[in-house]
Amino acid sequence: MPIKFLTGNYSVAWGVRLSRVKVVAAYPITPQTTMVEKLAEFIDNGEMDAKMIRVDSEFAALAATWGAAAGGVRSFTATSSHGLLYMHEMLWWVAGSRIPLVMAIATRTIGPPWNIWTDHSDLMDQRDTGWLIMMAEHNQEVLDSIIQLYRITEDPRVFLPGMVGLDAFILTHTTEPVDVPDQELVDDYLPERRQPYVMKAGEPLIMGGVRKDLRENNLMRWHIHVSLLKAKEVINEADKAWGKLTGRYYGGLIEKYRCDDAKYVIMGMGAWVGDMREAVDNLRDEGYSVGLIKVRFVRPFPSDEIFEAVKSCKAVIVFDRSVSAGSAGPLYLDTSAHIHARGALVPIYNVLAGITGIDVTKDDIASVTRKVINDFESGREVPKVMWYFGGGEFWP
Amino acid sequence: MSEEVLKYIPLAKPAIGVSGKTGTWRVERPVVDLNKCVKCGQCWLYCPESVITIDEDGAKIDYDYCKGCGICSKVCPVGAIKMVPER
Amino acid sequence: MAVNIRELMKIKPYVLPGNASCPGCPEALGLKYVGMALGDRAILVIPAGCSSIIQGLAPKCAFVFPLLNVPFASADSVASGLAAAKEVLGEDAVIVVWAGDGATADIGFGGLSGAAERNDNVIHICVDNEAYMNTGIQRSSLTPYGAWTTTTWRGKREGKKELPLIMLMHKIPYVATASVAYPIDFIQKLRRAASIKGFKYIHLHAPCPVGWRFNPSDTVLMGRLAVETGMWILFEAINGKVRISPPSLPYRDKSKRKDIREYLRRQGRFRTLSEEDIKVMERMIDEAWETILKFSEE
Repeated sequence: MPIKFLTGNYSVAWGVRLSRVKVVAAYPITPQTTMVEKLAEFIDNGEMDAKMIRVDSEFAALAATWGAAAGGVRSFTATSSHGLLYMHEMLWWVAGSRIPLVMAIATRTIGPPWNIWTDHSDLMDQRDTGWLIMMAEHNQEVLDSIIQLYRITEDPRVFLPGMVGLDAFILTHTTEPVDVPDQELVDDYLPERRQPYVMKAGEPLIMGGVRKDLRENNLMRWHIHVSLLKAKEVINEADKAWGKLTGRYYGGLIEKYRCDDAKYVIMGMGAWVGDMREAVDNLRDEGYSVGLIKVRFVRPFPSDEIFEAVKSCKAVIVFDRSVSAGSAGPLYLDTSAHIHARGALVPIYNVLAGITGIDVTKDDIASVTRKVINDFESGREVPKVMWYFGGGEFWP
Repeated sequence: MSEEVLKYIPLAKPAIGVSGKTGTWRVERPVVDLNKCVKCGQCWLYCPESVITIDEDGAKIDYDYCKGCGICSKVCPVGAIKMVPER
Repeated sequence: MAVNIRELMKIKPYVLPGNASCPGCPEALGLKYVGMALGDRAILVIPAGCSSIIQGLAPKCAFVFPLLNVPFASADSVASGLAAAKEVLGEDAVIVVWAGDGATADIGFGGLSGAAERNDNVIHICVDNEAYMNTGIQRSSLTPYGAWTTTTWRGKREGKKELPLIMLMHKIPYVATASVAYPIDFIQKLRRAASIKGFKYIHLHAPCPVGWRFNPSDTVLMGRLAVETGMWILFEAINGKVRISPPSLPYRDKSKRKDIREYLRRQGRFRTLSEEDIKVMERMIDEAWETILKFSEE
C-alpha cells in the first residue's frame, strides 16, 4: 500500500477509481474542480475504465449520474455550494427512487456575496432529503469514506444515495500523506454492485408515476427514514470490516476522543475536528476534564451513540459551522432534541463559528471551550447559542 | 432484502384499463358498417386507444374502452364508420 | 425503408386501452407509433407533462416500456446517463426522451442543448401540443403567434421558437419534424433515428383537442391541415442535409398551400385573430419555407 501525497480532491479521485466507478458526470465549481480533472485524466490515460459525461450544469450532473446508476452501473458525481443547491430537486428524486450512488461535496459557503471558503451550509442544507450524509476529518478519511460509502449505499438494507463532505481548501487543496490501498484490497472489500431494480430494454418497469393509494407514498417516506436508521448497523459493519483490512477504523457513526472520564464534551464534524483534538489535548494539560465527539455521520443522526457518550456529562458544547437562520446550528438542534428526548437533561451549548469561511484555529476552540466551562462552573449565565467571531469576540 | 424495499419504491407494471372501463366516458359510439368496410386499416392506425382490431370480417371495436373520440369515423376512406349517440 | 401497415398490425400495442388520456389525444397516438417503431428496444425517459398522467395510477401503467419518470428539466441529462450505462454494459437499448414542448423548449432547454452538443446517444422526441397542457393550457415558447392560452387571453404576441432549426444548428446527426397525422412518415423517421449513433431530435406535431379547442374527432384532420397549409413543414436532416418529406413536398409551391384560414377557423384558440394577425402568420409561413429550403439541396 503506497503512501501518496494527495490533496483531498485527489483522494476523492483515487477513492472513486479504486471503487471501479463506471460513469462520472460532473460540472466544475471551485473548489471541487480538481476532483473531476483528476478523474478525467485517469480516464483519458486509460488508467480508469469509465465514461465521463461533461455535463452542462450541476442539475444535469446529478440527473446524468442517476440515469447511469438506474441503468445499472456504479456512478459518481461531485459538487459544492451553489452547485449542490442547484441540484437540490434531483437529490430528492434520487433518494426516493432508492437507486444508490455516491457524491462528494467540497463544503463551501453560500452567497451572496461570492465566497469560495469553507463552512457546512451547503451540506447541512440537504439534511431532509433522505441521503446518507457524512463528513471527513482528513484526506485519508476522504479516500476511505468514498469506498466505504459504495459498500454502505449498495447494501440491500440501505439502498439509498450517500454524500461525503470535505472542507473547501482546508482538505480539498491541502496535501497530506495518504495510504492508497491496493486494488485487490478494495475489490475484496466492495462486492459487485447491487441495486433494487435496473432499467433494461425489454423489461417494462415504470418508476415514479402518480400512485392510486396515497398511503403507499406515506409508507415510502417512512421506509426511507427507517432505512436510514437501519443504515447505522451497516455503517458500523462497513467501518469495522475496513479496519480489519487496512488497520483504519473510524468508530462508525462517531468517534469518541478522551471522552471516558470527561465532565465536558465538545462536538464537531469535518476538518476542524483535527483542531479540536489538539485543543482537547491542550485543555487536558491545563487540567480541564474535556473530551471530543467527532460526528462522522449526520444522517442517520447518531442519537444513541451521542446520548451514551454525554448522558453523564456536566455540559456539552456543540460547534456548528453553519446555522439554520432564525433557530440555531443544525448539529446543535439535532443533538439537543435527541439527547433530551432520551431523558438526559444535560445542558447543551451551541457555538456558531467559522461561518462564511473565517478561520478557526485550535486556540480559538480552546479559548471558547475554556470560557464556556469557566462561566458554567462559576454559575455565570451562559447563552445557549453563541456566535464566535474570533479574538475572543462572542455575539449572541 | 431487495424484495422488501421494492414494496415501497414507486414502481408500476403495464396493465389495461388503468382508468377503469373508459368506455363509460363516451357520449357517442362508433358503429362500423361491415358491408362497407374494406379492411384498409386506417381506423386501426389512427385510434389513440388501440381498441380497434381488423379481422376477416372487418374493423371491430372494443366498446369497454373506446372513448368515442370519433377519429376513426373521420379517417375512414369509405365512410363505413358512423358516430351514434349513446343512450 | 418501407413500412407496411400489415406488418405494423402484428405488433402488440405499447399504449394500452383504458389509459387516462383525453378522447382524441395526440400524445397517446404518438407514443403508440413510438412503440410500433422501436418496440422492446426502447427505454423511455418522461419529464413532467401530459404523458406523466396518461400513464394512469401506479401500481398499474398504460405504457408497455421500461420507463423513468423524471423531474421536469432533467430528461435529457438522465437519458445521457442511461445511454452511458448501457454502453458500459454492452446492452442494446434505444434511449428515448418523450418530452412535451415545455420540457423541451423551456425548462429543459439547457439540458437538451447540452446533451445535443455532447452528441449523447439519445433520441429526443418533442411531442408538441403547443402549450403547457398538463397544467391547464398555459403558453410555452412553442405556442404559435396569435394563439389563445390561459396566460395569453388576447393571443400570444411572440412567434413560435424555432426548435428544429436550433437543433439543426447543433450539428447533430439527425433532425426531423413529424406529425401524428402522418404515422408512417413518423415511424420511418423513428427507425432511421434508432439506427444512428449520436443525438437525434424529432419534433412531433400533436394537435390537442382540449387546448386548441376543436372536436376530438378532428385530431388527425388538424395535423393534416397544418401540413397542407404549409404551417407545419415535414422534413428530415441527416448530418445537416435537409430533405423535405413527401407529404410536405407539394407545399414548397406557395400556390399549392391551402388557405391558412382552413386551419385557423377550426380551432377555438385562434378566435381572437385579426386580419392583420393572419397576414403576419402568412408571412411567417413564407419565411419558414424560405429558410428551410436554403438548407435543402433541392
